[in-house]
Amino acid sequence: MRPITGVFRGTKNTSVGMATTLRAFFGKNITEQYPEVKHPVMPRFRGRHKLHRHANGLEKCVGCSLCAAACPADCIRVVADENTDDNRVSAGERYATVYEINMSRCIFCGYCEMACPFDAITLGNDWELADLNRDQMIYTKSMLLADPPTSDRYGMNRRAVTLDGDGLDSALPVWLEETVARESGERSGTDPTGRKGKS
Amino acid sequence: MTIWGIIQLFLKAFLIGNLIMVVFAMMTWIERRLLSFFQYRLGPNRVGPFGLLQPIADLLKLIRKENFAPRQVSQVLHLAAPIFTLFCALAVFAVIPFGQEDWNLFGWHTPPFMAADLNVAVLFALAMNGLGGYGVIVGGWASNSKYALLGALRACAQLISYEITLTLAMLPVLMMTSSLSMTDIASGHLGWSMGSWHPWFIVWAPLGFGLFLLAALAEANRAPFDHAEAEQELVGGFHTEYGGLRYAAFANAEYLHLLAISGIGVTFFLGGTSVPGLDDPAGVMLGGLSMAPLIALGSFLVKMAFFIFLFIWIRATLPRLRYDRLMRFGWKAMLPLATLQVLVTATIVSQGWGKG
Repeated sequence: MRPITGVFRGTKNTSVGMATTLRAFFGKNITEQYPEVKHPVMPRFRGRHKLHRHANGLEKCVGCSLCAAACPADCIRVVADENTDDNRVSAGERYATVYEINMSRCIFCGYCEMACPFDAITLGNDWELADLNRDQMIYTKSMLLADPPTSDRYGMNRRAVTLDGDGLDSALPVWLEETVARESGERSGTDPTGRKGKS
Repeated sequence: MTIWGIIQLFLKAFLIGNLIMVVFAMMTWIERRLLSFFQYRLGPNRVGPFGLLQPIADLLKLIRKENFAPRQVSQVLHLAAPIFTLFCALAVFAVIPFGQEDWNLFGWHTPPFMAADLNVAVLFALAMNGLGGYGVIVGGWASNSKYALLGALRACAQLISYEITLTLAMLPVLMMTSSLSMTDIASGHLGWSMGSWHPWFIVWAPLGFGLFLLAALAEANRAPFDHAEAEQELVGGFHTEYGGLRYAAFANAEYLHLLAISGIGVTFFLGGTSVPGLDDPAGVMLGGLSMAPLIALGSFLVKMAFFIFLFIWIRATLPRLRYDRLMRFGWKAMLPLATLQVLVTATIVSQGWGKG
């Protein structure tokens, strides 16, 4: 009897397997066509850093180096300098002349944004950081201050979820908000950094 | 044979040989895409529309590689094995009747779309199929590497075991048509009837068809019987030490085997070029031309596609058997069943039941 039942069992099991794969054949595939379609990241995803400005265009960073101190990977380098009336870059007393992050060392832990007393640095959602050259992995201040590219060299860089919606980009410490709003109203048109006020 | 006959022969050989090569190229793409669909993936879809140019890209990559052989191999055999395998795989297509009908095209009477209508075509096809296995064995042996040798060893044992079942599975059809000519076999089911119905041989010999299918998988070294290659166990099996175009020749031969065995299966069990419900395809006219040859070729190719889809489907589903179970299955299950159905068919044929 055993060979006979074995044949039946084998046939049945094989049929079940074949039906399963056939269902997969007609089922919806789960492949993401990467360069065209990007996997949406969660809002609090920790990607490429951003340096932020106040609404009046002044940089939030005051060059205190607390981020560099907090960084476990030691990938942040800050060189601070005094603001002068001729050259006012940040809202504070000092500003960062050099602000570099070595992206090939960064572990995206987010300690820097936690350490920052002015919310000057946050981790954005941009995760396409691959490059062909180590030198290009060092992100300078101008790169970090700029918006992440809306289109990159690999194709269309569609950022599915951004932080901009929840106001973090323009958020000021509550105690500063009123002052800055008043100042930016006075200064409109004569923005010291030459930038139009960023919303 | 007249000069025109010889020219015809060359033309047909050239045409079929090259078309088959194109089909092989497409097969690599088709298999990868279908396998992907079976696994909720998309497969290669980047090169050209739908990834159709992927085979060309692969070919360019393989061509640009060095014609390389490791130092320890037997140089002559190492080179000869893939060529021999490819030759044998290609030779089978000489006797596969893609279309039996005469073309009557613009007043030209062209011969049927098969390279050679041998009277021992079945023997030739089986012999070439079997010989192709020697290429695998020799290639594995010549590689002088333990993985390649193990692959060759398995190919050898597997070929012997399943070749018998393959032939026995085809035997009922041969008995019912009492012919070894492929064209006779393709139209042979017309000589047998159930009432006024002339079913394909798959109805007369369903067991034979099933056994043929399984043995064909083993014969073409396809999953779940791809023990000769067995990349998880034997690195690459017999073609571990191969690369570039030499490897391409082996891959080519493997797919050609698959196509050839599909063609043989169609001829034997699926009525060759016949279309059910269309007794006289010559009656289908379009603009004064008989569409019979096109219908014949089309139906043959569709049936072949069915076989190929089935093979890919099986590959996507079933895991590789354990080697001892493969042997046990071959000798203790398939061979007795094949023998049994040969006996049953022999009884039917000798009594003349269903003849007419």
